[in-house]
Amino acid sequence: MATDWTRLRDQFPTLLQQVNGKPLVYLDSAATTQKPITVLESLRKFYVDDNANVHRGIHALSMRATDAYEAARQRAARFINAADPAEIIFTRGTTESINLVAASWCSANLKKGDVVLITEMEHHSNLVPWQLAVARSGATLKYVPVVGGDAEGGLDMDALDRLLTPEVKLFAFTHVSNTLGVVNPVAELCARAKKVGALTLVDAAQSIGHIPVDVGALGCDFLAFSGHKMAGPTGIGVLYGRKALLDAMPPWQAGGGMISMVDFFETSWKPSPERFEAGTPNVADAVALAVAMDFVDSVGREAIDAHDRALSAHAMDALADIPGIRILGPRRGQPRSGLVSFALKDAHAHDVVTFADQDGIALRGGHHCNQPLMKKLGLASTSRASFYLYNSKDEIDRLAASLRRIVKFFSGE
Amino acid sequence: MSDLTDLYQQVILDHNRRPRNRGKLPTANRVARGENPTCGDQCSVYVRLDGDRIAEITFDGSGCAISQASASLMTTQLKGRTAAEAEELFKTFHHIVTSGEAPEEISDIAAFAGVHAFPARIKCATLGWHAALNALHGDPAPVHTE
Repeated sequence: MATDWTRLRDQFPTLLQQVNGKPLVYLDSAATTQKPITVLESLRKFYVDDNANVHRGIHALSMRATDAYEAARQRAARFINAADPAEIIFTRGTTESINLVAASWCSANLKKGDVVLITEMEHHSNLVPWQLAVARSGATLKYVPVVGGDAEGGLDMDALDRLLTPEVKLFAFTHVSNTLGVVNPVAELCARAKKVGALTLVDAAQSIGHIPVDVGALGCDFLAFSGHKMAGPTGIGVLYGRKALLDAMPPWQAGGGMISMVDFFETSWKPSPERFEAGTPNVADAVALAVAMDFVDSVGREAIDAHDRALSAHAMDALADIPGIRILGPRRGQPRSGLVSFALKDAHAHDVVTFADQDGIALRGGHHCNQPLMKKLGLASTSRASFYLYNSKDEIDRLAASLRRIVKFFSGE
Repeated sequence: MSDLTDLYQQVILDHNRRPRNRGKLPTANRVARGENPTCGDQCSVYVRLDGDRIAEITFDGSGCAISQASASLMTTQLKGRTAAEAEELFKTFHHIVTSGEAPEEISDIAAFAGVHAFPARIKCATLGWHAALNALHGDPAPVHTE
């Protein structure tokens, strides 16, 4: 049955507004997606009906809150096909999930001479935590290069084979690049890492709400994602880790909820996931995240992926002959996720974003938390249009028309 | 588009397309760099101070039309002035970009009055000025505007 995308869009109240006198065209979903009414309703309902602290509570509200929180964990496990809900740790988001591994796993396992391998297309949140981790342990950080002057070739798979030596203890990489739109071959990357005994961490921030993510099929050891990039609320995310790994890892934050027994000088820890969830968790947002997962699965991630790709292909055609445009990542006709970032010869990204905003179009301009990559590509900043299930080809045509006016305005022709 | 032509006045577009006094100044005795880490804009200002007077001033860097045009126009306004006069002119400029009001006797830099309607862009307009003042103060640390 064909999906009615217009009806889906109507479920996102934020989109039903005008900006600067024009209907809003929201093309910044790679930064954060808008939220459907069911998710907003869930937040309201939790605070109105069920609000209480979780665990250790015996009264009715606390039991309801605990049940809802643990049901959200089970929902998240099903969402990524984790074997056990105890492999789901709720965090503030992708960044905190990665920092958890960099702090906990690295402190127990990383030593001088070891290598942490990442790629040149990582977001700062999958780069800076490893810089800190290797600085603490005396290990070394290495990068898998990207191929091509516009990084159009994705990761250099030959270089990867040279870089994947037995010294590599952890290989952390993104599923989908937030700047390039490259979709990495995660299962293959995990399989190659496994051959040298390296663990793998997948940054799924850009893929989780867009394409099917199955940790079993991918074969990864850790996977991190945020709720707010998949139609869920801000402030909630997940770290998935294999149970055996998590149970062998030391705590990274300490407090209530994560201890088994506390004595004056010694404390023993609960197993995962509680060990890594010190303090009162973000219950309301975890519950709403589960509702967002229901929403995404009701549309279907295969369908969303196909929709994203169709929009991207349309954008690549619509933007191709804009004078002076340089588009990063895969070339026209090559597979690309739902985003396009570009530089214009005659207009700087900030001027582009200000101009588009006057047309009611929300873009992002800057280095997209990808400074080393931008430097390598010889760019200070780009503009980025990113898509989700509520966007349409008409909106991309509006973007293209706006960009033509921008070029005309700044080139003076 | 009336708002945008307020922001991007002809004099700004002109300075963006044909920046004045752009490039390093080999004879500079004062240099400072301004950067805006969130957007990657950067601007270095080179000054040759002769006593208390700005004998020559140039800039280079990269960034949006507002930041580049502002730095370019600034160099044309500061040449020949004393450091104290430069400070005063910056106060006027800052008032213009934050309030949208320009004193009658001010001409060229009044073109930046439209910036006040775009608060996110005020830091772009002031980047070069902050670098210039740091150069005049002899402070070599990069100045950040955010």
